[in-house]
Amino acid sequence: MQAELKNMVVGLAALAAATLARAEQVNVAVAANFTAPMNVIAAEFAKDTGHEAKLAFGSSGKFYAQIKNGAPFQVFLSADDAKPAKLEQEGMTVAGSRFTYAVGTLVLWSATQGFVDAEAAVLKRGAYNKLAVASPKLAPYGAAAMEVLEGMGLTAAATPKLVQGENIAQTYQFVLSGNAELGFIALSQVMKDGRITGGSAWVVPSNLHQPIRQDAVILSSGKDNAAAAALLKYLQGDKAKAIIRSYGYDI
Amino acid sequence: MGFSDADLAAIWLTLRLAGITTVLLLIIGTPIAWWLARTRSFWKGPIGAVVALPLVLPPTVLGFYLLLAMGPNGAIGQFTQWLGIGTLPFTFWGLVVASVFYSMPFVVQPIQNAVESLGERPLEAAATLRAGPWDTFFSVVLPLARPGFFTAAILGFAHTVGEFGVVLMIGGNIPGVTRVVSVQIYDHVEALEYAEAHWLAATMVIFSFLVLLALYTLNPAARRK
Repeated sequence: MQAELKNMVVGLAALAAATLARAEQVNVAVAANFTAPMNVIAAEFAKDTGHEAKLAFGSSGKFYAQIKNGAPFQVFLSADDAKPAKLEQEGMTVAGSRFTYAVGTLVLWSATQGFVDAEAAVLKRGAYNKLAVASPKLAPYGAAAMEVLEGMGLTAAATPKLVQGENIAQTYQFVLSGNAELGFIALSQVMKDGRITGGSAWVVPSNLHQPIRQDAVILSSGKDNAAAAALLKYLQGDKAKAIIRSYGYDI
Repeated sequence: MGFSDADLAAIWLTLRLAGITTVLLLIIGTPIAWWLARTRSFWKGPIGAVVALPLVLPPTVLGFYLLLAMGPNGAIGQFTQWLGIGTLPFTFWGLVVASVFYSMPFVVQPIQNAVESLGERPLEAAATLRAGPWDTFFSVVLPLARPGFFTAAILGFAHTVGEFGVVLMIGGNIPGVTRVVSVQIYDHVEALEYAEAHWLAATMVIFSFLVLLALYTLNPAARRK
């Protein structure tokens, strides 16, 4: 009888403790190019902190429009630094929460082994049917790709062979399916555990284009959400950074 | 404010795509609809279901499979390369082929319904007057089933104008070649150019309304009542 009572008291105490340090939930809008690392990070985040990060993946432009119109996100991981800055200017974010969580690496990639060489001579020779890039107007990786072509003096030669994906995921699809023999995509799309998983690639030196900064921000609705603050802190920790790097981002 | 040159190019391209697709669909869809309306074959069910698939499938599914099938390693891609015309994705004619698949049910089904509702009698009457099959088609079927053809043409055209997911998957967003109005609107929205998006989007709404209004008021079937 006494033992039973003791068990009950212990149980109640545990329940009270759990309620005090209540695990919270945070809705996160994540740029499509960051899908793979973010899934891993969210799982580790749940293990280490008990908070749950619910992830929605999509294009940053669409997320911006949705956030402006009251979408229930507390954290926004953008594919660029412009949209979080714009939201900040418009007073839609928690002041001082914005920071760069990853810097993207551009890669010229072909699904065919040996098609792309280490000096990108294939680009200079123009020996390809189509060159896929993400829309430079919409995707930072697309803008960076155009900057690289411009810097190499190849814009005019490449333009008739350019095809544009609406985002970096679709651009990858064009190249993977062989419809474009090569394309500029995000290194994170073809890299896992620090290695490029297939095809042939030229990792574009970062001095050939403006850095592709991807910024995160806590949105106004996440002001009092403990999980939102915890997630942004977690993203700046060594564990998350190691995961981010293993997918080919700089940070 | 108004339309930029890029917007106008997208509008012109869209109208050209929809026009060519509609003409092709009337040519290809009519025999299919005729067969579906008249056959007692076992294949009526399966073929009818295949024609209707785009009604149910998300356009991205159709676009994704077309991208693979028309690509250099796909069946259609191998065939077009063998013909010496390269591969179809990222070309205007690639969009035409995709649109023909995509808008097929909107053309086939109204014609099929119209032919089915004709029944046997006009055809038997034509046969007793020794009309050949072509003569029967042009002098009997076409005039009697005209409302069906009218509906088919309008819906086929309008549905192609509204096409988005498929174009997005196989178009490659090339100005003047594959960048149609729906993609241009999407680009404006994604780039936060909301004013430009509104111009095109509102035009689309008005256009679609007028097309459907025409369908419901001008259709010979509706007027006859």
